[in-house]
Amino acid sequence: MTLSVAFRHRFPGLALDIAFEAPPGVTALFGRSGAGKTTVVQAVAGLLRPDHGRIAADGTVLTDTDARIFLPPHLRRIGYVFQDARLFPHLTVRQNLLYGRWFAPERDGVSFDRIVGMLDIGPLLHRRPGALSGGERQRVALGRAILSSPRLLLMDEPLAALDEGRKAEVLPYLERLRDEVALPILYVSHSMAEVARLATTVVLIERGRVTAAGPAPAILSDPSAAPALGLREAGAILTARIAAQEEDGLTRLDSAAGTLWLPRVAAHPGATVRLRILAQDVMLSTRRPEAISALNILAMTVTDIRIGDGPGALVQLQAHGETILARITRRSALALGLAPGLPVFAVLKAVSVAQENVGARG
Amino acid sequence: MTDWLTPDEWRAVALSLRVSAVAVAFSLPIGIFIAYALARWDFWGKQILNGLVHLPLILPPVVTGYLLLLTFGRKGYVGAFLDDWFGLVFAFRWTGAALAAGIMAFPLMVRAIRLAIEAVDPKLEQAAGTLGASRPWVFLTITLPLILPGVIAGTILAFAKAMGEFGATITFVSNIPGQTQTLPSAIYAFMQVPGGEAQAARLVMIAIAIAMTALLLSEWVGRAVARRIAGT
Repeated sequence: MTLSVAFRHRFPGLALDIAFEAPPGVTALFGRSGAGKTTVVQAVAGLLRPDHGRIAADGTVLTDTDARIFLPPHLRRIGYVFQDARLFPHLTVRQNLLYGRWFAPERDGVSFDRIVGMLDIGPLLHRRPGALSGGERQRVALGRAILSSPRLLLMDEPLAALDEGRKAEVLPYLERLRDEVALPILYVSHSMAEVARLATTVVLIERGRVTAAGPAPAILSDPSAAPALGLREAGAILTARIAAQEEDGLTRLDSAAGTLWLPRVAAHPGATVRLRILAQDVMLSTRRPEAISALNILAMTVTDIRIGDGPGALVQLQAHGETILARITRRSALALGLAPGLPVFAVLKAVSVAQENVGARG
Repeated sequence: MTDWLTPDEWRAVALSLRVSAVAVAFSLPIGIFIAYALARWDFWGKQILNGLVHLPLILPPVVTGYLLLLTFGRKGYVGAFLDDWFGLVFAFRWTGAALAAGIMAFPLMVRAIRLAIEAVDPKLEQAAGTLGASRPWVFLTITLPLILPGVIAGTILAFAKAMGEFGATITFVSNIPGQTQTLPSAIYAFMQVPGGEAQAARLVMIAIAIAMTALLLSEWVGRAVARRIAGT
């Protein structure tokens, strides 16, 4: 299923002009607070009537201002997971989960038991929302949206209201959802870490406009998109396969760019994971470094350099189809004579890849 | 119980209960609708409607009774129409007492329900919509259960107010024993008669007992429902 969105809408102080396509998978709408991300999902859900535009999910036109079509929210079959879970306080967890079933008969693929099992909410079924923790609430809200048999799932910063611990608790469920339920997801976030773990497609929104859109690995490793993504947060996605769990607590991973050692990654050998390599954690050398503590040295080729306004520079590197970013100083870039086509060695400390930057492959 | 009340007194108590019950039963759906409109919708004349609803609370009851007589009396526009077409007569009948009581109690009922509706987060209703519920279903499954404590409180308050209505009732439907003589009218009538103090006192006790029961009941039911809804 592909969602196509194109609309214009004016608010006092913000004019939106949005157009993008969301292919199957997780499409992340990324941008600063106030950029208009929530407005986009509200327009898709039918909670907002845009001034002008057209929104369609495959063949179904949801909104078309020219043709005067506006499908009300309850007929759109679009699940919405809000930042605040919005569970119904007078209903039990089970009743909350089944609420959408009243209006949409069970369709194949989403059975109650399977979703309850996938989200580990079986023990909560008889409780009321008031007795749940924030993370539990959000998981129930997730299940409730999926069980209404939607054709598309909207998630508006579903983790933003949770503390770090609860975020780490819910994130794996979102990954499972992405990988096990074939449901397109539009995911709003201003957290690069979430986007890097979940997104298959990234749509970058700045001041009401789409400034970049495309497959997540390409956008996240594009030096020109990095300033908008946040320089400190800039980092590419690397796909790797667990090769072995070694005795000293490290995990050996094979990627197209070379072998990596990271602190224990909790996954079985053979599993494919998605690593987020922060640009500021990558060092460059034109000669293979020796007698160095860093374990990971990848032979790569410079493919792009973007000199920033400040003292920094972003270098894009490739090897066998994998791309990473390195954030270094302009002075170093000049001293090393970096230029597209130059072979270099990327150096990455094993401990710099935090657990939260290792996710299931999507 | 009947032996310590004279038939006239007993009739007054029974009539008051009937008048109040009918008044509340008929005004409740209208009250919920108007409370919802005032709480959730923006429309032209909203302040005027709000004023009209609250008018009986501020106007002297005699004025309300007089206006009822003008409109719903045999010769009033509405009264004549209802009589001709439906054979429904309000003036000097117990139905008129119910109408007067309903109108006098209406502001209290609408106020309580409106406050309850305003306390319901519209975001919950929005969420129900995205799960496939149409507006009427959202109201029935989300809004109504959540405002139930307010509805119950408003209903009991209105019932108590209807039981005590005097000014508008006596102006509109007079004070006919067995027909329009409600509890307060009966108390008033006994007080006008020499030696009627004892009868009046008995009815006063009954009035106090009914009012207290209503208040306690509303507290108790309201709290029970609120606990159920609080979601713990």
